Amino acid sequence: MFEKKEKLTLVVLSGDLDKVMASYIIASGAAAAGMEVVMFFTFWGLKAIQRDGVLTGKGLFGRMLGVMNRGGLNAIGPSRLNMGGMGRWMFKLMMKQKGVTQLPELRQAAIDLGVKLMPCQMSMDVMEITCDHLIPETTEPVGVATMLEHAKESSIQFFI
Amino acid sequence: MSDSPKLTLDFKGLLCPMPVVKIAQAIKQVQVGELIEAVATDPGVMADIPAWTRSTGHELVALEKQDGKTFRFVVKRVK
Repeated sequence: MFEKKEKLTLVVLSGDLDKVMASYIIASGAAAAGMEVVMFFTFWGLKAIQRDGVLTGKGLFGRMLGVMNRGGLNAIGPSRLNMGGMGRWMFKLMMKQKGVTQLPELRQAAIDLGVKLMPCQMSMDVMEITCDHLIPETTEPVGVATMLEHAKESSIQFFI
Repeated sequence: MSDSPKLTLDFKGLLCPMPVVKIAQAIKQVQVGELIEAVATDPGVMADIPAWTRSTGHELVALEKQDGKTFRFVVKRVK
């Protein structure tokens, strides 16, 4: 009756709309099926847990990166055919017309189902992203050892 | 034996993964042995709801295509 809880570890390296969407769909689906789910966000993936409309960066390069690489679920575009934001607009419209759940609601569903969102400390340092730039539901920043510990205990590991 | 569902839910218009997410949230609102009935329009529920019950251990009491467009299913909370 009380079998060990199955676990899923997702490494989200990508910050594209399509890949972030796939990540949150897999995470919420797994959590809905009773699995323990850990998402580890690194490099571009940090955009998926950044607050909307917040510019990151401290130094010159960091600020430039913050402007050219806007984070937050409303800012990210598809990995292909983005065409300077037109693709993002088109995909969002097409998904809305079909009634696909939008990213913010999808992420909230994952959070409500107990999915853990872990930011990568090293990527945050490189890109000059602080905890204040991230949504409050994230855990404290972690490193590779923490991710590997979760991955080792998991029956499924995905790298997106 | 209680045959009437404790909760009746409308999943019409919802697409993957929301039917599974919503049923997972709803199952916590009923007691063990009670039923939840739902109606959806996403044909994906025909595969996904049985998969969800197999994963979670809850019981699939009924799953049927109703009129070509809607799908009705009943699940029972087991644990």
